[in-house]
Amino acid sequence: MSASVIIFYIIAAFILVTAILSVTTVKIFRSAIWLLFSLIGVAALYFWMNVPFIASVQIIVYVGGIVVLIIFSIFLTQKAGDAMPKPVRSRAIWSALAVIFGIAFTCNIIKQYKFIEPGNKNFDVHINDIGIQMLSTTDYGFVLPFEVVSILLLAAMVGCIVIAMKNKTEQK
Amino acid sequence: MSQIPLTHILFLSTALFFIGVYGLLTRRNMITMLMAIELILNSVNINFIAFNKYLYPEKLNGIFFSIFIITIAAAEAAVAIAIIINLYRSHHSVDAEDASELKY
Repeated sequence: MSASVIIFYIIAAFILVTAILSVTTVKIFRSAIWLLFSLIGVAALYFWMNVPFIASVQIIVYVGGIVVLIIFSIFLTQKAGDAMPKPVRSRAIWSALAVIFGIAFTCNIIKQYKFIEPGNKNFDVHINDIGIQMLSTTDYGFVLPFEVVSILLLAAMVGCIVIAMKNKTEQK
Repeated sequence: MSQIPLTHILFLSTALFFIGVYGLLTRRNMITMLMAIELILNSVNINFIAFNKYLYPEKLNGIFFSIFIITIAAAEAAVAIAIIINLYRSHHSVDAEDASELKY
């Protein structure tokens, strides 16, 4: 039982507890803050898995971008301190049963599957390699998805402006 | 470092995925449903990184998939919040049950 193992279980417990609190608290603002902690826990897991680049992207995009956006929309659309109505009891019970069944089923399959792990190869990711492979046009290069995703982001940005724009002709 | 077997990380991501599914099924507020979707996407990212690390340590494909998923999740969250704000403007509510014009 080394320190790395203990750190993994602490991170895992942190992620799961904050995620459960995030989907069960009745106050929506607290729910957003628990989501924030859960995403930070996932970033810590990436640090633990020795991929600091993904961890920093996670913190920048999720924690710095998406959660802030969600908090903005909470403040724009409702009173943050109000308690939300509790879910219907029958729906909560059936959802919990379905979820527990799903967890048991999937964990059973995972436990039975024999993963063939290669030998002792080190997994160290250099950001140089990521950047070179991302923009490489040869085989196993990712330049096409990179460009497609940039078009997607542009389309999403224009789409957001169009959706959220007020229609001035209707107001006259 | 590798004393944790791959299956334990997969158990973690499975649990996180189904917690997100629970939130998606029980919540009726659109913003909290969006938050549940973010949890689901995060569990998928954990899976990709774990498979990359444990099964194919000499390649980088799982990392690229995670980067693209994070990008698309950002675009999805932005569009979803634009839709939610527009819905709030027309219905004065972000509850999924209140927006039922297209239901029947």
